[in-house]
Amino acid sequence: MTSFFHIRRLALWAITALVMIALPLLLTQSFAISMLSQMGIAVIFALSYNMLLGQTGMLSFGHAVYFGLGAFFSAHALNMIGAGNLGLPVTFLPLVGGVAGLAFGVVFGYVTTKHSGTPFAMISLGIAEMVAACSLMFPSFFGGEGGISTDRVVGEAVMGITYGQGRQVYYLIAGWCFVCMIAMFALTQTPLGRMANAVRDNAERARFVGYNPTRVRYTMLILSSFFAGIAGGLAVINYELVTAESLGVVASGNVLLMSFIGGVGHFFGPIIGAVLVTYLQSALSNYTLAWLLYFGLFFLVMILFAPGGIASLLAMHKPAWDVGQLRRLVPSYIAAGAASLVILAGLITLIEMIYQVETKKEQSGTVMNLFGLTFDAANAGPWIGSLATMAVGAALLWGASRLVRASWQQVTIAINAKRGA
Amino acid sequence: MLNSLSYGLLLFMLSSGLTLIFSMMGVLNFAHASFYMLGAYFAYQTSTYLGFWPALIVAPAAVAFLGALTERYGLRTVHKFGHVAELLFTFGLAYIIEEFVHLLWGRAPVEYRIPPILDFSAFSIYTTQYPAYRVFMMLVSVAMLAALYLALTRTRIGLIIQASLTHPDMVEALGHNVPRVFMTVFAGGAALAGLAGVIGGNAFVTEPGMAASVGTIVFVVVVFGGMGSLAGAFVASLIIGAVQTFSVAFDYSLASILTGMGVQLDPESAWYELWKVTIAQAAPVLPYVLMVLMLIVRPKGLMGTREG
Repeated sequence: MTSFFHIRRLALWAITALVMIALPLLLTQSFAISMLSQMGIAVIFALSYNMLLGQTGMLSFGHAVYFGLGAFFSAHALNMIGAGNLGLPVTFLPLVGGVAGLAFGVVFGYVTTKHSGTPFAMISLGIAEMVAACSLMFPSFFGGEGGISTDRVVGEAVMGITYGQGRQVYYLIAGWCFVCMIAMFALTQTPLGRMANAVRDNAERARFVGYNPTRVRYTMLILSSFFAGIAGGLAVINYELVTAESLGVVASGNVLLMSFIGGVGHFFGPIIGAVLVTYLQSALSNYTLAWLLYFGLFFLVMILFAPGGIASLLAMHKPAWDVGQLRRLVPSYIAAGAASLVILAGLITLIEMIYQVETKKEQSGTVMNLFGLTFDAANAGPWIGSLATMAVGAALLWGASRLVRASWQQVTIAINAKRGA
Repeated sequence: MLNSLSYGLLLFMLSSGLTLIFSMMGVLNFAHASFYMLGAYFAYQTSTYLGFWPALIVAPAAVAFLGALTERYGLRTVHKFGHVAELLFTFGLAYIIEEFVHLLWGRAPVEYRIPPILDFSAFSIYTTQYPAYRVFMMLVSVAMLAALYLALTRTRIGLIIQASLTHPDMVEALGHNVPRVFMTVFAGGAALAGLAGVIGGNAFVTEPGMAASVGTIVFVVVVFGGMGSLAGAFVASLIIGAVQTFSVAFDYSLASILTGMGVQLDPESAWYELWKVTIAQAAPVLPYVLMVLMLIVRPKGLMGTREG
């Protein structure tokens, strides 16, 4: 068992911190900085979600409740600071969100954590719906459809920091993100974190050892809603607006997708997922209106073929890396990647054509531009073409997958030889 | 009263399929309400070509086919990764179905109408006209329920299904193809949802949001009635249907009750907004409140036999 202050681990944290500091210096456009801020918030939120799903085995469909309620309380606190009724530096505003999230975690968690597995998932969904429906009943607190808007530039400037600029906000978010990451990682090393894993793997045995699984689940949920609330508070500072959408079921689904795509089995999985999904969401939505469909398909493919997420795919390659055999896999991966791209090209053409014909016909006709080609979706040619492309791609992928398997076999032999030696 | 009954029966058509699938495979099908939506859209598409009556057969059959495909090539593949992966698979599927509906039929509601033959008022109670289509809905649901009950208890297939619920290994040992039984049940559940979509889609609105709006209510019904209990789902459907239908009509709030009792309320007080909420305004929340209360009082649900 490596200790927390292991030298390699410290180096990893230092590199993470350096990257987080350096990124806005390299990407200076305001678009990039706002995306980095979003990623930071998403990382905290996804990690807090993974405290439930990955570490305690609780599949929640209502985690955004704590995020959203934390955000609403922070927004009201920020408005009070602005009105001079509350003496709290904006830097520590996320704590308000965290405490609010924690308080609601104490209340809702008491009901939900009596169950585990599928009933827990359904109850968390029910609570999420209940809170979302309530949010429209109390317009003075939740602001109705328009939400609550605030102004983050309030109070005295501390060392010239007013959070007027996007970059200052980014550094605030990055700082909180780093602290939360360390705190959540440290938690996995504590007896509580270990017992959470035990409850996830076998609740009955955890009970035999003398721990109450319900209590462990309850504690983990409270702690995780604290971090979700912090993320909510940061979101208020970032957007200066919070609407009822932020505690809805869609938001809860989103954090679930992030964590799962990144990989719930590893601590760093949700970080990858949050960064990737945030990027995909803002990048894809610029190109196509059907981006949610692509995103959903991507999610299904991940579940079907890589249920451990990206993190487990990476971890799978660690033994090969250790024996220096990774390069053997590269040619077959390139082949498989190329074949997948061919399938993808056919699929994208098909989906975009359906979209053009069904939805965009009235505005722009059936002639469309894609991949630098101009064609008329009313003709049969492009349809046959895209289907044929997909078929060819599938055949290529079948061939490439045999290649991948063959090279993995070689690598496995090499790994075993090394281990035996 | 009759409205709540017809709505409750519709809910039961959905929740019965969900309950059957859940108690058999242990999978909570998040895409169940999406099958309901697909049923409505398929019926709309069929009715523009062939009319309403063929749609009553074609649409559920098409949905059942999709359900069978989902089980065979989706769920069976992820089954080895455990229940969470199965749950997430159906969750992702719900996403995709909704997006496909956006893609194919657009975001606005489609004009899926009640067939003209049934578009008259059957009878009137006091001054309220009762539409014949509601009667037809109830007839279809009751007929379907009777068929389901008879199929489960009186036919050979039904007996095998019931046996596979509790003793899948034994049934397999007796030479039955249990995975195929699972596929049949899944397709059957999807068909029920599809049929509910066909008759519910034109009574309410056929739009891409219909899956999300009904889906969570169906979950509430299943939890409230007790996971995996058909009878519980039936009672819960009627209760939730009644709660949702009636609460919209009541315009009382805590404030009006308290004022009636002679208590003066200060409009400036902090909780005034809470007192002011009328039952009609609180209608969307009531089912969830009921569910949470039920979980606190009786975690098994109304007629549930197991917990978790």
